[in-house]
Amino acid sequence: MTECRITGIISQRPGVLDFSYPASSVPLVSPFSSYEKINVEEFFASRIKPSIARTLKQSIERVHIKAKWVQRSKNEEYLAEQRSLSGSSQSPRSSSAHPFLSVSVTDPVKLGNGVQAYISYRVITKTNFPEYQGPEKIVIRRYSDFVWLCDRIFEKYKGVFIPPLPEKSTVEKFRFSAEFIEMRRQALDIFVNRIASHSELQQSEDLRTFLQADEETMERARSQEIGIFKKKPSDLMQIFKDVQSKVSDVVLGKEKPVEESNLQYEKLKHYIFELEDHLAEAQKHAFRLVKRHKELGQSLSDFGKAVKLLGACEGNSLGKAFSELGTKSEMLSIKLQNEAHNLLMNFEEPLKDYVRAVQSIKATMAERANAFRQQCELAKTIKLKEINLGKLILSRSDKVGEAEFEYNELKAESEEATKRFETIVRLMSEEIVRFQEQKTSDMGLAFHEFAKGQGQLANEIADAWRSLLPKLEACCSA
Amino acid sequence: MMGYENQGFEEAHLYASREEMENLVIEEPLNGRSFSSYRSAMASLSETHHPLSPPIVASDDPLLPPSTDHRNPNLSDKSYLDPPSYADVIFSPFDGESDDTNGIESPNQDSGISGFLSRSASSSSEYLKISVSNPQKEQENSNSLVPGGNTYVTYLITTRTNMPEFGGSEFNVRRRFKDVVTLSDRLSESYRGFFIPPRPDKNVVESQVMQKQEFVEQRRVALEKYLCRLAEHPVIKNSEELMVFLKVQGKLPLPTTTDVASRMLDGAVNLPRQLFGESANVVAPHEVVQPAKGGRDLLRIFKELKQYVANDWGGSKPSVVEEDKEFLEKKEKLQDLEQHLSNASQQAESLVKAQQDIGETMGELGLAFIKLTKFETEEAMYNSQRIRAADMKRVATAAVKVSRFYRESNAQAVKHLDTLHEYLGMMLAVHSAFSERSSALLTVQTLVSELSSLHSRAEKLEVASSKIFGGDKSRIRKIEELKQTIRVTEDARSCAVGEYERIKENNRTELERLDRERHEDFLSMLKGFVINQVGYADKIANVWGKVAEETSKYAKENS
Repeated sequence: MTECRITGIISQRPGVLDFSYPASSVPLVSPFSSYEKINVEEFFASRIKPSIARTLKQSIERVHIKAKWVQRSKNEEYLAEQRSLSGSSQSPRSSSAHPFLSVSVTDPVKLGNGVQAYISYRVITKTNFPEYQGPEKIVIRRYSDFVWLCDRIFEKYKGVFIPPLPEKSTVEKFRFSAEFIEMRRQALDIFVNRIASHSELQQSEDLRTFLQADEETMERARSQEIGIFKKKPSDLMQIFKDVQSKVSDVVLGKEKPVEESNLQYEKLKHYIFELEDHLAEAQKHAFRLVKRHKELGQSLSDFGKAVKLLGACEGNSLGKAFSELGTKSEMLSIKLQNEAHNLLMNFEEPLKDYVRAVQSIKATMAERANAFRQQCELAKTIKLKEINLGKLILSRSDKVGEAEFEYNELKAESEEATKRFETIVRLMSEEIVRFQEQKTSDMGLAFHEFAKGQGQLANEIADAWRSLLPKLEACCSA
Repeated sequence: MMGYENQGFEEAHLYASREEMENLVIEEPLNGRSFSSYRSAMASLSETHHPLSPPIVASDDPLLPPSTDHRNPNLSDKSYLDPPSYADVIFSPFDGESDDTNGIESPNQDSGISGFLSRSASSSSEYLKISVSNPQKEQENSNSLVPGGNTYVTYLITTRTNMPEFGGSEFNVRRRFKDVVTLSDRLSESYRGFFIPPRPDKNVVESQVMQKQEFVEQRRVALEKYLCRLAEHPVIKNSEELMVFLKVQGKLPLPTTTDVASRMLDGAVNLPRQLFGESANVVAPHEVVQPAKGGRDLLRIFKELKQYVANDWGGSKPSVVEEDKEFLEKKEKLQDLEQHLSNASQQAESLVKAQQDIGETMGELGLAFIKLTKFETEEAMYNSQRIRAADMKRVATAAVKVSRFYRESNAQAVKHLDTLHEYLGMMLAVHSAFSERSSALLTVQTLVSELSSLHSRAEKLEVASSKIFGGDKSRIRKIEELKQTIRVTEDARSCAVGEYERIKENNRTELERLDRERHEDFLSMLKGFVINQVGYADKIANVWGKVAEETSKYAKENS
């Protein structure tokens, strides 16, 4: 309803508000300056009831998004075209007959203000899958949409190692730093593409929704599925139940909650847990190394400045030598900063991604344990029921029919549970192979990038200093 | 000899750790920054070291005197990478596991440091090499009540020289820090106006700290550096004081305080002391060559202070002023230089620190990957894991190796950039030389103004006495006395002027020397630093380049 009202008002101001985007080629976006936007806001602010203020605000926000959007696509029309052809980093799986689905996450834009500010991304999908609406689709998504997708897939594909999402930024200060945004964009791009290239996950309906639905539909889906009202309580219930059963187990002197006692699985579990520790340590050092590069860069630049000044007061050829040294130091400082960035993106981030992947495996393992427990509990109940049923049959009670029905139902449920568990086990054993292979190639690439970057940096350092030598030599003989 | 053993130990360790590396056996409680693993990188170095670098030769015995061309700045004819000599590699004698049972008693490798600022021994083949070693605790002779409370440390000072004045080629004496203080005091008295290298600080510390091996070692290094710098000073190295200090066995025969001026300069004024005894208000000529000190010289200090205030307030322009424009200009320039030096040396320090940090972190990263490699190898269930472990091992090994290079490079950089610190210290000496000059000037100014007041008094008396025919006997006697005083003061003045001129001349030659040597030292510092950076950056690039090549298949896969 509000929507209607807004558009109603809007259409009275022609030229300004006809923003139904892809009409981007018409130059009607340009007058949409911030000044005008403020006018619109003021206009509404003075005229509407507070009860609809929130909805209106959202709508205005959407107007902003689209405006920004249109502006951008106008600017980058050709550029974007080219870029999406070559894809960002992942896309080009050749467009020939064989099926492909490639996604790129691009153009992060900050929207909103203050606490409510967030980043939106343009998600471009290219595919020849028949289930999709067309060969190319562009949607706008924000981080919480990705979270929704991740959660949905996790719920539906038990046993599969769900590609990990980049974590929420805990430090408010860094939330909108260019580095963080770019890192997250890259991680989201990888995340979506991992899903899109996973033989099972790529079939997901939720993925299709995510990649194709317009923003309203997406928002609705999101608020339904992971709104505070739906998801959290069930989670809490589950936790509560878990705790309860654990407590009762302890109280009743039962052994710990039933766990699989499969030697191989034990080994895997041990491996995954230890691996996380080791990786976390390596990642910590990698991160520190990034910091050290920055610090060394800073020191070099300071040193360069100081040396230049010193040179200035020496005068003559020596002074020149000093100032050259200073210049080189400052130049190298920039190289170090660049390498720090490269390290962060291409070495530290993959390591962090590795850690996240291991954590995702742990989540899958928890699901497996759950399924196993369920299966065991059902089996136990069935046994009791069976005995009970046997008794009833013996006593020829008239409850036999009811009990038999219950028993059969339970049995079906149990079989279902067993199947679920077995699916998880089967999937996991497949997934672990895939995981190891993928990580070998991911890490291989990260190692390669690391070594390449470091080697390049060292070469640049060596070259920069080497170029000074003849000058110093000349200075000496002079 | 001990040093040799240390080295043997070090080498043995090298081999051991190489094997460690090969098998990736890691001592489980990896003590924090276990450098033993770093060192192992050294082992692999010997197999795969850089083509540019000459083979790392088995070192010379660290006890041998450092060869003259050890840090010869004329590296031009050598390869870019001066092979890090062994002494350089074991930069700090207390490094790593080369632990002695009793550090104080043992000679920690003696060379190494002695080359600070050493210029290519000038055209003359004259040399004076000093090393400080073998610190030893000794008991103070005085019967102290607290047993062991009054110990001090003596150092063995070994001198090797071919200077004929020494009349011998090698001397060994034991000196304590106090003796060094005496030496430096005597030198600063005798060589006013020279840039005398500053003595290491006294460090007021508790006696307990004083006994600590670290402290003793620090002091040993500082003393050696100090004495070497003295020995490089063109004038001071020929001084009697230094020779006595280095040569004479037993107690140091230099006076600890100057009650009597030990030196009469120019031999110009050699007046009997009693002559001045009667007129206390006259400054004896032999004393004007020294700045006023507390105690006996109170009157003089007071007079000079008055003069100083008079100068300052500009009421009366003193007859003698600093008019050497060139000097003033130089002085200002030096102040400028000092400021930039201090800044640069500070930045150099933080640069070195940052370099050390990056090396350490690289090493830690390497160790973390070694652990991970070990873990993956042990737990491997799939082939892909083994491949990954192998890749990881490459990176880990490279990181450890590189961290080792960073460390070595940094040790070298510290040495090169230390020149900045050295010169900052030198600025202290320059300051004190300049203040000697101004205090000598003040003495001259005081004497001149005193003379003029004496003259005017004498004139007045003469005028007064000439009015009375036949003269007033007492007045005549007074005039005589005054004339005597004037004569003495004139002597003192000419002596003071001579001293002032001498100091000026010293300042001038020293400034020239400073400029020349600084030019040379800074150049060799720059060169050393740059060559070192180039060399190690090349090595590092080489290590990473190899790893990058080995892992390039992943890049191709992903492209």
